[in-house]
Amino acid sequence: MAMKPSFEDHVATIAAVQETPAGPAAPRRMTLNMGPQHPSTHGVLRIVIELEGETIKKAEPDIGFLHTGIEKQCEAINWAQVVTLTDRVDYLSNLANNLVYALTVEKLLQMEIPARAQWLRVMLCEIDRLNSHLVWLGTHALDIGAMSMFFYCFREREDILRLKEMVSGQRMMTSYIRPGGVALDIPRGFDKAVGKFIRGFPSKVDEYENLLDSNPIWKIRTQGVGFVSVEDMLDLGVTGPMLRAAGVALDARKTEPYSSYEKFDFKVATRTENDVYARYRVRMEEMRQSARIITQALEGLPEGPYTADDPHVVLPDREKMKTQMEALIYHFKIVTEGYRVPAGEAYQAVESPRGEIAYYAVSNGTSKPYRLHMRTPSFANLMALPVMLKDTLIADSIAALGSMDFVLGDTDR
Amino acid sequence: MSINISHPAVLETKEALGETTLIADAAQIVDLCRFLKQSEKFVRLSGATAVDWHPMEPRFEVVYHLHSLDPIRRLRVKIRVSGTNPEIDSVFSVWRAADWYEREMFDLFGIGFRNHPNLVRILMPLDWEGHPLRKDYPTHGYKYDYAKE
Repeated sequence: MAMKPSFEDHVATIAAVQETPAGPAAPRRMTLNMGPQHPSTHGVLRIVIELEGETIKKAEPDIGFLHTGIEKQCEAINWAQVVTLTDRVDYLSNLANNLVYALTVEKLLQMEIPARAQWLRVMLCEIDRLNSHLVWLGTHALDIGAMSMFFYCFREREDILRLKEMVSGQRMMTSYIRPGGVALDIPRGFDKAVGKFIRGFPSKVDEYENLLDSNPIWKIRTQGVGFVSVEDMLDLGVTGPMLRAAGVALDARKTEPYSSYEKFDFKVATRTENDVYARYRVRMEEMRQSARIITQALEGLPEGPYTADDPHVVLPDREKMKTQMEALIYHFKIVTEGYRVPAGEAYQAVESPRGEIAYYAVSNGTSKPYRLHMRTPSFANLMALPVMLKDTLIADSIAALGSMDFVLGDTDR
Repeated sequence: MSINISHPAVLETKEALGETTLIADAAQIVDLCRFLKQSEKFVRLSGATAVDWHPMEPRFEVVYHLHSLDPIRRLRVKIRVSGTNPEIDSVFSVWRAADWYEREMFDLFGIGFRNHPNLVRILMPLDWEGHPLRKDYPTHGYKYDYAKE
């Protein structure tokens, strides 16, 4: 019969276990599951993080929780109906998505868009950029702990949503920019409302900066955090303010101008620090530049038609439908069958608030898209997350995540 | 602006709507991509996707959209992949951006990629059956068969 171990035996056993073994031992790692319902992810994103103490050794994003199969749905509806789905891809900058879709289809149709429609598109897209950056600033600051920023930003965002409602009847899912032009001409008083808003806006940006930049905690939380090298970013397909905060002035509005952007005077905001703070500065500067573009678009808004002269694609004027038979026939044909797009393929990139958004449309000559691929900025930017979070502290991951400004609807589509 | 690429893998060069398309040999896609990145400075893989031409054969077209920053230009590279056991080489070793785009194609089209570091479904659940963006996959309907109840 074995002897019952004595107290001394116990002590010796415990000491042997506790003694650090000689040689390199694998440090203890903890796997932490962040999301899919974590407040800092602003959507349903799951990140599996491996931790050593408080240092992130590996971060693996898991996406797809918001996958709605928009690309598949697009193949079942006609070209005109797809506009409403593009709104729902990136719900914070729906007009950029409307625009890139309209430009892609117009490229296939080889359609010329009148100047007034182009100016309106630029104006509305920049208003939407302000909207997106304001939501980003408010929520990003909220994540880091600057709660009052949220209320300031959403105060201005409310004005923007009112403008969008005024012009299209909808606050968020406007579907305002359509192949062939824009949905409606601007209502009476819209230019005054935009003018009033945009005159006061630059001082609001100063106000945000005063609130944040004179706060030492904000600077400590953001400076030197979230570094990714330029080579990594280009290799991983990262675009937008993240890339510009690393000194690469890649902005499709300047490099590949579309929708008359070459006629507007603005600067591409860049920084070189390549951290969360630099991304914040870049977005603040972009808001100022957007305000400049909106002012120019408002002052130089040309007169003339707001849709292209193409009765096969553009719905006829309501008044004409009551008096002209052809208009009624075209209306019936467009609404029931949809317009046919010549067979071919087109790729068009625009600069959304998050980066390069590009649609690749393939047509086989029918009234439905054969294939519509959406190259969305959030999807590509999120690929840099494992690189960005590696060997950083978990507390910094919140600031780093926020600085990427992804929208999960944009990621998963 | 036309782009001339002379490489043995290029089968055909097309110009349409101001865009250049290279149709390439699927077996040499990695060589071609490495050449385009190093010699032609297409540093960015802007996106990659596939088109299903069911029931034609070769069934799939895999489409890469490349972007060079200096000078600014874009290029489309296309390869054709057979519908029976579709599998091509991964270009992950050229651009790491190919990682998720290839996973997306694997998930939604069922195209395999050799030498991909982590080829698992990305958007659909891991235990999903079928590949939704294939043309023979229905747009709506339920998998559950109520008649069997």
